[in-house]
This record gives sequence, C-alpha cells and structure tokens, in this order.
Amino acid sequence: MMLGKTAGGLYWMFRYLERAENTARLLEAGWRMALTKSDAGENEWESILSTTGSAASYTAKFENVEPAQVIDFLLRDKDNPSSVLSTIEAARSNARMVRTALSSEVWEATNECWMAVKKVLARPVSQRNLYDTLTAIRFRASVVRGALHGTMLRNDIFAFSRLGTFLERADNTARILDVKYYVLLPSAADVGSDIDNVQWEVILRSVSADTAYRWLNGGELTPTGIAEFLMLDDRMPRSLIFCYTNINRQLDRLAKEYGTRHPSHELAHKICDRLNNAVIEQVVDDGLHEFLQSSIADTAQLAGTIQSDFRFFE
Amino acid sequence: MTIEPDKFDEMLRTADLPRDPYKAYHEWFSGEDVKDLRKKSRQAEEFFRRIGITFNVYGQQEAQERLIPFDIVPRIIAAKEWQHLERGIKQRVRALNAFLKDIYHRQEIIRAGRVPKHLIAQNEAFLPEMMGVCPPGGIYTHIVGTDLVRTGENEFFVLEDNARTPSGVSYMLENRETMLQMFPELFTQLNVRPVSSYPQRLRRSLSQSAPDCANGKPMVAVLTPGIHNSAYFEHAFLADQMGAELVESHDLQIVDGRVAMRTTQGYTPIDVLYRRVDDEYLDPLTFNPDSLLGVPGIMDVYRAGRITLANAPGTGIADDKALYSYMPDIVEFYTGEKAILKNVPTWRCSEEDSLKYVLDNLAELVVKEVHGSGGYGMLVGPAASKKEIREFEKKLRAKPGNYIAQPTLALSTVPILTNAGLAPRHVDLRPFVLMSPKSIDIVPGGLTRVALKKGSLVVNSSQGGGTKDTWVLGD
Repeated sequence: MMLGKTAGGLYWMFRYLERAENTARLLEAGWRMALTKSDAGENEWESILSTTGSAASYTAKFENVEPAQVIDFLLRDKDNPSSVLSTIEAARSNARMVRTALSSEVWEATNECWMAVKKVLARPVSQRNLYDTLTAIRFRASVVRGALHGTMLRNDIFAFSRLGTFLERADNTARILDVKYYVLLPSAADVGSDIDNVQWEVILRSVSADTAYRWLNGGELTPTGIAEFLMLDDRMPRSLIFCYTNINRQLDRLAKEYGTRHPSHELAHKICDRLNNAVIEQVVDDGLHEFLQSSIADTAQLAGTIQSDFRFFE
Repeated sequence: MTIEPDKFDEMLRTADLPRDPYKAYHEWFSGEDVKDLRKKSRQAEEFFRRIGITFNVYGQQEAQERLIPFDIVPRIIAAKEWQHLERGIKQRVRALNAFLKDIYHRQEIIRAGRVPKHLIAQNEAFLPEMMGVCPPGGIYTHIVGTDLVRTGENEFFVLEDNARTPSGVSYMLENRETMLQMFPELFTQLNVRPVSSYPQRLRRSLSQSAPDCANGKPMVAVLTPGIHNSAYFEHAFLADQMGAELVESHDLQIVDGRVAMRTTQGYTPIDVLYRRVDDEYLDPLTFNPDSLLGVPGIMDVYRAGRITLANAPGTGIADDKALYSYMPDIVEFYTGEKAILKNVPTWRCSEEDSLKYVLDNLAELVVKEVHGSGGYGMLVGPAASKKEIREFEKKLRAKPGNYIAQPTLALSTVPILTNAGLAPRHVDLRPFVLMSPKSIDIVPGGLTRVALKKGSLVVNSSQGGGTKDTWVLGD
C-alpha cells in the first residue's frame, strides 16, 4: 500500500534528477560546439534554451544570448526552475517527502548529490571548470540511479520512480530532436557538409550516444540514421521506443501488483504500438516535426493520466 | 580539566579522579590522543549531514538546515541511578494521565481543592472540546518526554513534563548509532544498555492503544506538518523505523466515519494517528477555522472512538508551567504515594507574597513564561544585565500571572571535548516514556542536551545547545 502523495513524490524526484542530468548533457554538447567557433556554435545556445524549455524565462531576464550567461542560467539560476541547481533541489525536496519509501542508500546518495551540486554551483562556473563540473553532476546523479537499482525492491515504489525517469527522458529526447529536426531532413541543402556533421554530433552527444552510434553504424553519419537511432532503436537507452517500452513495463507491473488497469495502461500501449510500427522513411515523409510534436503531446497526456489514475493529488 | 567546586560534575570528582560510572570510560579516554578524537568529532558531523539529520531554524533563510552539534563524550548513568529515575518517571506519567482523565471528566481534584479551578478554566491549554471525551483505552499521554536536571549525587529534579508532542528521540537513536560506528571498542568494554528497540516499542505501544474498530494489525500513521517543519527529519525517521505511513493532513479525509488516507488504490482507514502537529492544526472545524492544515471532521471521528490520536488533544494542560508547581500534589492525589522525583521549588507570581519575593530577588532567579517553550521569553537572573532585569521587571509587573520563578539551580556538568581537551558544560536529560493501556515503557536512555557555551544554562538547540549520547549502564 502506498500513499498517492508518495507515488507522486517518487515520480517527481526521478523526473527532476533525469532533468538535471539532461541539462548537464545539453550544456556539455553546447560547450563542445562552442569550441568549434562556428556560427552554429553561437546558435547552439539558443537551441539549448528552447530544448530545456527555458527560452521564455531567459529572455524575460536577459537581452542577449551570451554563452556565459546561458551557462549560468541553466546551471545555477534560482529564477530558472529548470536549472540544474533548481532541479536537484526539487529532487531532494521530493526525496525528503518520500523518505520512508526510499532505502537509506538511495536517500543518502540523493542527499550527497544535492550537497555536492550545491557546493560546485555555489559560485559561477568558469569555462575552464565547466567540463569537470558537468562531469561531477552526472556522476552524482548516476550514484542515485545505481543505489536505486542495487537496493530497492521491484515493487510499486520502483515502478513510480522509473515512470518519472522514462517520461522525462522521452520528453527530453523528443525535444532535442524537434529543436534540430531541420538538420535531420534529407532536403536540407548542404547535406554532409562540415556544419551538418557538427550539428549531428551535437545531437548524438546531447543524449550521450555518439560512441554507441558509431559502433552500430561504422562511423557513417546520416540524418535519417540518427533520427531512427534516437526514435526507433530499442537498444538505445534514451530512444523514444526504449523509454516507452519501459513505461509500459512499469505500468504493467503496477497493474499486476494492484490488480487493476487504468486509462494510462491503454494510452501507453497505444503509444508504444505506434512507435513499434513506425518506419523511419515513412515518418520523415509524413513530417518529422509533426511526429515529434505529437510524441511530446502524447508524453504530456500520459503523464497527466498517470497522475490522476494513481491519485498523486486529490 | 579544572573542576568548579560549587558545581556537580558527573564524570570527575576531582581533576583526575573519575566517579564510578565513568571509571572505564575515563581510563580509555586517558589513553586517547585529543587530536584524533577531534578528528572523530568532525567525522560525526559529516555522518549527520550525509544522512540528513538536520533541523530547520525559523526565520533564518540562508542557514535553513542546520545540524545540532553533537559532542562525542557520552553522558553515563549508573544502573542504580536509572532504576530510581525509571520508577519516578513512571509514577509521574501515570499521574499525568489520571489527571487528564479527571480534568476532562469529573474534575475531582478541583472539587477536592487541590488545584484551583481558575488555573484550569482560564488556561489556553485546556480544551473544553475534550470534556467528556473518552480516548480509546483511556490513554491521553502515549508519549511523554520528561525533562530532568541534576544538582548532586542523588539530586534529580523534574524541570518539565512534555506531554504534548515531545521531540528529540531520533537524536537519542542516531547519536547512539554514531557512537557505535566511531567507538565500537567502548561498547565491548562497558555494559551499555541498547536503545535501538525504541521504534518497535513505540509501534507496539501505539498498536495496543488502537480503538476497538481496528481489526487485526492496527494501521498506524505519523502525521507531520511537512518537510518544512523543524522536526521533519524525526517524523520521517520514526515512520520509517516503525514501518508506519508518513502522512500530511491533505492526504487524509473522513470516509465512512473513519479517518482514511489517500493511497494509489483509493482510501484506506487509519486506526492510530501519531500526530506531530499541534492541537489547533488538527481539525479546522473544531479548533481553528482559518487553518489550511488539519483534517475537517477528525474530531468527530475521535469523539466516536474510531481513531486513536497520540497524544490526545488537550494534554497541554498537564505540562503547563502554571500547573507545574502543583505536580507533587497531583502525583499524591492520583497515586496515593509521595512523588519519587522532586519538583524544582517554584514561586507562582500570581500570588502576592511570591511576586514580592521574586521582584526582590530577580538577579538570583530564573523566571519563565507560563506558556513559553524552547527557552524563549525567560530571564536567567545571574546571567542577565541590569538593563535586561529592569526590562523584565516591567513585563512581570504588568502581567504577573503570566510568570513563574525558580531558583537558579547549580545544574550538573558533563565534560565536552574542546580543542584544549575536556571542559565542563551544563546538561539536562529527556528520557522518553511510552504509555498504553497495557504498560508504561521507558527505553534505558534519553536525549542529553548540553549547553555548549561556557557557563550557559540554556540547553535548547535553537539557542546554541548540543546533544550527547546517553549511556545507561546495565547491572
């Protein structure tokens, strides 16, 4: 038996942790891009702001897109609810709320993650220290995930935690692709140019998939290949289909444990089926942007349905 | 360590002669390097931070989560001393519960003229809504934290009976855990009685107090105001250790005449609610219509005997400072025995003669607000400046009924570890008592609070106090 509030707390705790990690990855990709000194490097910061959904709150506060300012805004700005610092604090605050549902290892890892991140983000991070800082953030988040896998029972507590992770991840991957969908279209004029290569690298890096993609494709970068990899390859742990397969699995676990099926089960199965039946060429022909937009909308709808099915709120 | 001759140090009789309970510890300590021990001390702090044993200080935005400083020198209590305390505390708690039952029913003690009526009737801690209500099993005070101070070899006094929602037990447990990790060798040398069973005993005691409608294993939940409460860590810790649910008021609703919590699968009734919220936040329908907290209608369920609230609403009347001075009478009235534990002599400023004495001797006395807590709003005469005393005098003259006064006790000291080695500091002790219809149970130990500032008598954590592990020795 579990309180609805606890289910919601677990779900949000892991959504926020995933979000912090994703923002750190995006920043790393942007930082690498900036090192190339191209125009694309400049625009990259705008893309990152839109991907993280922070563009509006950024422009409300600052006039120009300055790299150092963007980095600071995404890392440590308390006015930005999606900054790494804000999300780690929100994750820890939720963890405190659901303390009784967590193993002491998971709680301590989360608390230590918060303490460490607070420390490295106490002051603005210089360009020189950015890489180390981002590595530290990702490392800390990994320790929490490791503790979850190593010490928690595979029951409803685990299911709600994983639902948070995979819904956030599905949303993030779809956004990364959508913000850049134009560079993945075969009709783009200078396919195969250096600029595009850099852009594609960035997309892969921002989901930590550059090496994995090369393993599987012998180093050949093609736009549809990348799109397929990030959407439809079920071996890739940040692909849409991987996320949805896991969402489905966790919802089925809950149905088995509770002996009831809810609207969220049907919805998740529907989304999963659609991804399973999708063929990349067809998706691109029908409109990659439209496909990604509806995927983002599906994720939001499913999140809302889960919240009401399992009584996160009154 | 230098010994102050007018104060009782619990460890040392003279500069290097330990008292009996501390002999083995003192010998061990003499063989240790102070520098190493200071290092251990810092390790302990890291340990506390990592597991998140912090408390929130109201009105301090930046330092929101603070640690209560922990001192690694234990406070040791001999087996015989503990037996005496245990008997005295049990007697006192039995009397407190009987007093509450009486006050909220026939009020025999008032009719007998042992306690003045106005002290009850006009007291804010008295809840008229509780008149005639019968709590399940007849228990009002499920958990009591009795604050004790010591002034000499066999001189213990009760300073306060905390009968509302006493806190601090998580520190008793975590302090022990820390000491076990840092100094395992000491526990093999000394016969220290364990305290780790407290959460199980709390659960058992609460379950025994369940209402009749509970079938099978009673459903126990801890009610917390939420993560911003200063004692949230403790609420979560106890719920976790007891295997109980941790709920907030917005998780609760009245369903079919029972208090029920919203789960992922619907509403489930609760039998026993260990509530860590104040009376006025329990039920907006009964107590505080402006409150957003609380569960509307919970008092109706309570009156119908379909949930146990631990502690019962209205227990504050039993630990009210205005009634404190009547405790020896109260104990005798309900138990037929003389009180085993002494009260600190107390002047009631509402009485003319007493007020005169108090005003003439302000510089020597401790004056407390009747409804105050946390060490706020009190005057420690010997430590106050002339100006502070003059200002306090004005407040006292304006509202004498609001104050009681006590002599400044020469509180015992126990050494703490400083950079320069051991140094004596004043301490108090709060053991935790569990009461159910079947038994009164005390875990051998408690929370020792220590005033870290040299010479200070204020041990409250909000005012620079720290804690120590408390070792009760076995026979």
